[in-house]
Amino acid sequence: MELDPLLLSRLQFAFVVSFHAIFPVFTIGLASYIALLHGLFYRSANPVWDRLAQFWTRVFAVVFGMGVVSGIVMSFQFGTNWSHFSQAAANFLGPMLSYEVVTAFFLEAAFLGVLLFGRGKVPQGVHLFAALMVALGTFISSFWILAANSWMQTPAGAVLVDGQFRVTDWFEAIFNPSFPWRFAHMVMASFLTGGFVVAGVSAWYLLIGRDVEANRRALSMCLWLLLVLAPAQAVVGDFHGLNTLEHQPTKVAAMEGNWERDSHVPLLLFAIPDQQAQTNRLEVGIPSLASVILAHDPAGEVPGISEVSPQEQPPVWLVFWSFRVMVGLGLLMIAVVVAGLWLRRGGRLYSHRGFLQVLRVMSIAPFVAVLAGWIVTESGRAPWLVYGMMTHAEGVTPSLTGGMALFTLVGYVAVYAVVFWAGVYYLTRVVREGMLPEASEPGSAEHAKRPFSAAHVSFESDASPTWKE
Amino acid sequence: MEFFDLSIIWALIIGFGVIMYVLMDGFDLGLGILYPFAPDETSRDVMMNSVAPVWDGNETWLVLGGAGLLGAFPLVYSVFLPALYIGVFLMLAGLIFRGIAFEFRFKARRSRRWWNRAFCWGSAVAAFAQGAVVGAYIQGFAVEDFTYVGGALDWLTPFTVLTGLGLMIGYALLGATWLILKSEGHVQAWAYRIAPPLLVGVLAVFATISVWTPFVDGAVRSRWFDHLAVIWVLPALALGCALWLWRAVRRRQEGQPFVATLGLFIFTYLGLVASKWPVIVPPDHTIWDAASAPGSQLFLLIGVLFVIPIVLAYTAWTYWVFRGKVRPDDGYH
Repeated sequence: MELDPLLLSRLQFAFVVSFHAIFPVFTIGLASYIALLHGLFYRSANPVWDRLAQFWTRVFAVVFGMGVVSGIVMSFQFGTNWSHFSQAAANFLGPMLSYEVVTAFFLEAAFLGVLLFGRGKVPQGVHLFAALMVALGTFISSFWILAANSWMQTPAGAVLVDGQFRVTDWFEAIFNPSFPWRFAHMVMASFLTGGFVVAGVSAWYLLIGRDVEANRRALSMCLWLLLVLAPAQAVVGDFHGLNTLEHQPTKVAAMEGNWERDSHVPLLLFAIPDQQAQTNRLEVGIPSLASVILAHDPAGEVPGISEVSPQEQPPVWLVFWSFRVMVGLGLLMIAVVVAGLWLRRGGRLYSHRGFLQVLRVMSIAPFVAVLAGWIVTESGRAPWLVYGMMTHAEGVTPSLTGGMALFTLVGYVAVYAVVFWAGVYYLTRVVREGMLPEASEPGSAEHAKRPFSAAHVSFESDASPTWKE
Repeated sequence: MEFFDLSIIWALIIGFGVIMYVLMDGFDLGLGILYPFAPDETSRDVMMNSVAPVWDGNETWLVLGGAGLLGAFPLVYSVFLPALYIGVFLMLAGLIFRGIAFEFRFKARRSRRWWNRAFCWGSAVAAFAQGAVVGAYIQGFAVEDFTYVGGALDWLTPFTVLTGLGLMIGYALLGATWLILKSEGHVQAWAYRIAPPLLVGVLAVFATISVWTPFVDGAVRSRWFDHLAVIWVLPALALGCALWLWRAVRRRQEGQPFVATLGLFIFTYLGLVASKWPVIVPPDHTIWDAASAPGSQLFLLIGVLFVIPIVLAYTAWTYWVFRGKVRPDDGYH
């Protein structure tokens, strides 16, 4: 079998970026939560907020560290595997990525040190400021990287001259048509991820009866936040979808599994898209609902996939099903937070073991939903790398052979398997160790200023937690 | 645009970023290379703790280098990375393993020796790959129509193996002199002992490369030998630093060996830059060929000029906070 460097490069990019994305999507939400906890402690001096802040900062340190390690890889992927694309799009992408490094990465690095180890060394207000700056850094970082990604989806403010994009209007290019909705959708997804993880871990502590007071507060806060965010995300997602309908109609057609432009298009609950035959098998749908959602009218038209030639179509089954996974999980999140409100009114929020178990499991749901959403938007853009202007095949590194691409793909999978195993193992231990005892003052002075070393928990179960020294 | 040349300004910024990375990550990679030769486990604790607070800040310069090249000199980015595809992967894998080794070694009990190995091999592979990049840069790349057209392992030649090993020894020397500065007792005595042989190794590679390079690249030959140019001052200063280092180690001075090694690196680096300037993608492409659009260079320059001083201030502050001798029970314990 001939190894295809294009396919392998796409698989490799999908793998390394998905692996990397898990960490920032969590830390963006968590950074803001930690800043909020610091703010609450600053105002009320209630030690519960402080203990929660310290515990979640330890978790944050590990996750952030894994994000940093996998992020270094990302800054070289464009060049190694997509050199033609890099050369063509550098005039826009280069400044975006560089600004991300100088305005976000350095800000995060600077104030993370103060956040993790500045306790007792800097005044409390400065410590709170550090927490805010770390949170701000995560937003700035997502701003630049989503501006770059959105530009690839809906290019604007640039012209293609002699195979090179030239920026004609920086404001238009950065604030391109899909950017505002994508940014809002992504930031809310990050908050949902942080919220569901904190809710899930708090629920688990309540189930085993540890630090009940603090974890009740954490759970309550999270559920109020999620009660607003989960339905709001559905609304923002809908607007994002309408924006996609306007600028990338074929992607929306693939999401709906709709092959021919038509009115009264059903919302498909199940189907097996058959790209060869350009039709679906085993369709089950709700009549006219897709028309209603997309055009707000049962007679509204929905674009069809076959309006473009098969070579310009995305892999329909992947887009179609990833979209259903994302939306399904989104609806499940709404159901869970509404159930939480109902239990709260009955006064059983903290005691209903079944609900707490559900929350525990749901802490994984946002990660799956985010990855599914990215698969929808990225594979839905195929075969375009820069939508309508440059294909994947045009962007790949010409000198790359199938053997080289396979070598590094297998290599990254192997390396990340070890990193992931070690990280998850260690994170589990941090969570099992739980919060510091109330009166304890961690001897922060002698600890090195490093992300992971803020989590002073021994790596193996036979060792005692060293923060008790 | 008539008043200043953006490409020259960017070449200075990128050049500054590269030497910052080499000097700063150099000594912590060097400690990893020296790791298996350390006298005991206590020394290894000291070695790791001496760089634990700063190493990830050091590596951020590498990320800036990657993104900055894409922004200012995309041709470099889109030729070097495909040409060095396998080497770049090995370097990244090395950096990942040594990075997580920092984090997990102090938490591990039974598996500690595995994290020791990950730290050593990761550092060694990353250092070798970076040295090979320098060699590949001197060799030049097969480029047609702004695209790399060579093979996967074109970069791997006897010359790049030599530069790879050379940088490993050089980083080890940086690591050893850093350790002289930051340690005491038997760890420092060991560092004093290994510094002179490492210096001899560096000078041997330095001499071999200097003799070899003019044969690899005719343009370099003519620059150095056609007329006795002022650039001969650079290798002279490098040798002066080597002599200074030798004497400082003999006299058991603590700070000077490290500073002398920094000087040795800086003047060698400037010598290399002087050999190639203004070619940035050898053999044919200059910084002006490789540049991105002036509008892009300017858009990025405004922000970078504003932020880099802040970054430098913070970095200096971090080193200040963690100044002084490192003891075995510092850091992670």
